[in-house]
Amino acid sequence: MSEPVRGVVVSHAGVAEALLAAVASITGVDDALVPVSNEGCDTGALTERLARAIGGRPAVLFVDLPGGSCLTTAIRVAKGHADVAVVTGVNLAMLVDFVFHRDLAPPAAARRAAEAGCRAIRTPAP
Amino acid sequence: MPRHPDAGAVSIALYRVDDRLIHGQVVVGWGKRLNARFLVLVDDAVRASAWEQELYRMGVPPDMEVIFASTEEAARRLEEWERDPRVGMLVAGDVETIVRLCADSRRVPRVNIGGLHERPGRRARLRYVYLSEAEAAALKALAARGVEVTAQDVPTARPVPLGEFA
Repeated sequence: MSEPVRGVVVSHAGVAEALLAAVASITGVDDALVPVSNEGCDTGALTERLARAIGGRPAVLFVDLPGGSCLTTAIRVAKGHADVAVVTGVNLAMLVDFVFHRDLAPPAAARRAAEAGCRAIRTPAP
Repeated sequence: MPRHPDAGAVSIALYRVDDRLIHGQVVVGWGKRLNARFLVLVDDAVRASAWEQELYRMGVPPDMEVIFASTEEAARRLEEWERDPRVGMLVAGDVETIVRLCADSRRVPRVNIGGLHERPGRRARLRYVYLSEAEAAALKALAARGVEVTAQDVPTARPVPLGEFA
C-alpha cells in the first residue's frame, strides 16, 4: 500500500493550529495534518517551513486565502512536484473529509476535499 | 467611491517596503482603506517572470490593476502614475529597491516599512521589522534627504517614526 497523503494546512496567524485541533476533536485523527503559520516569515522562511512540513512525502497543501503569501509560497513549493497538490479556502469540513481519504493520490484528494469544502458552504434559512 | 482621507491628494498614496510583496495586509488592509485602484509591484525578479506575475495576480481583486515594474521602469514611470486620477499603491520588497527608486526619481515623499522579516545579519526592531545595520543606515540617509520614513503594518496601527526603530 502506498504512503498515505499528508495534509499541510498553511495559514495566517493561528488558523492552521486551530483547525487541526478541531479536526482531531471531531475525528480522533491527529496524525494526518501538519500546521504551518506564516507568522513572522518572509517568503524564504515560509518556503523552508512548508518544505519541512511536507518532508518529501505526497501531500495536499490546504491554504486559507485564494491569494497572498501563503498561496504564492504553496504554489512555488508545489511547482514541479506531481505528488503535491494545492487547495485554497480551507475549512473544517474539507479537512474532516480529507483525513478519511488519504489513500487517494494528491490531485484526487485535493479535488475531493475541495468539493467537500464547497458542499459545506450554505445559507440555511433561519 | 470617493478617496479616503488617508489617501491624500496624490495618486500613489502608499509607498511600501514589504518582503511578502502582494499579500492580505497590502491588498485588503491598505487597499480597502485607501480605496486603491492600482498597485505597482517593483521587483526586478518578478518583472522578469510571467509565471511569478500570474502568481501575484491571484491575490488581487479584479477591480484593482496590477502593474509589474523593474526598479528602472518604476523610476521612469513614477510621474505618469502620480498623474493617474485613481488612487494607487507601490510596493517594493526590500530597502535597497526603495532607496534606488527614491534616488532615481526624487518624487517619493514618504516610505512605509510594512514588513521586513528575520534574516541572517538583521536584528529585530519591531515585531514585523528586522533590519541590518546597513539597511537602518540607508533608511536614515533617506530620512535625512526629507523622505518621511515610518513603520506601520496595517492602517489601524500607529505609524512608528524611524527614530523609534532604527
